[in-house]
Amino acid sequence: MFLPRQIRRKGDRVRLHLDAHERAILRELLDQLEPLLAETDDPLVRRLFPPAYSDEKSDDQYRSLVRDQLVRGRARSLATMRDTLADEAIDLEQADEWLRALNDLRLVLGTRLDVSEELDYESLDLDTPRGRDLAVYGYLAWLQEQLVDALQPASGK
Amino acid sequence: MSTLIAPAEVELEQPSVDEAWQEERPWVVIVWNDPINLMSYVTLVFQKLFGYSLQQATKLMLQVHNEGKAVVSSGNREKSELDVSRLHAHGLWATMQQD
Repeated sequence: MFLPRQIRRKGDRVRLHLDAHERAILRELLDQLEPLLAETDDPLVRRLFPPAYSDEKSDDQYRSLVRDQLVRGRARSLATMRDTLADEAIDLEQADEWLRALNDLRLVLGTRLDVSEELDYESLDLDTPRGRDLAVYGYLAWLQEQLVDALQPASGK
Repeated sequence: MSTLIAPAEVELEQPSVDEAWQEERPWVVIVWNDPINLMSYVTLVFQKLFGYSLQQATKLMLQVHNEGKAVVSSGNREKSELDVSRLHAHGLWATMQQD
């Protein structure tokens, strides 16, 4: 995609150039994901909490130990991203929360859309709900790539 | 047939349960390939969580991508559980098992 970069590292800040429409989409997605985090049996959310062990007993123990912590961490990332959505620049800690929130959005959306690794964005049919959802999914990936670039340890120049 | 081999198999299958030894066997943390996580993101997470260089992290990421999985860390059970939970917090598909 040959579009201008919207996320740029500037010293220890990350500058965001998102228009109102993009912010509205992101806000809506964040609002949709947050209440889902508490759902332990929702198949979409299950992707966010994979099993650690192949045997059920150990995995139940693992879940009882870390589940709450993982939910709190995710909720914090979503909240940070929502709170700073209108900011022109964020610090590196906030950018890290953005990165994780964007990833969670992609995990849930990608799971729902049952995406494969080879997605052909050129042939999306934007007249269908699936086509539009895949376009959003692609947009999130594009934003996330820029954020990963901005957060690479070598980027702080 | 091989009466010589049969008893030996039985012997092998006997649960020589040495709990302490079981406990000490090292655990490995495995990251599995998935179609959603970006390659660049996975590389960054490996750098961040395990202190790998960009080159080491890229190599591991490519192993996950090309071979379907890679061992990213090893150690005792507690450390491995912590590593798995940090990977889970970053959305990677990680499991642990005894080596």
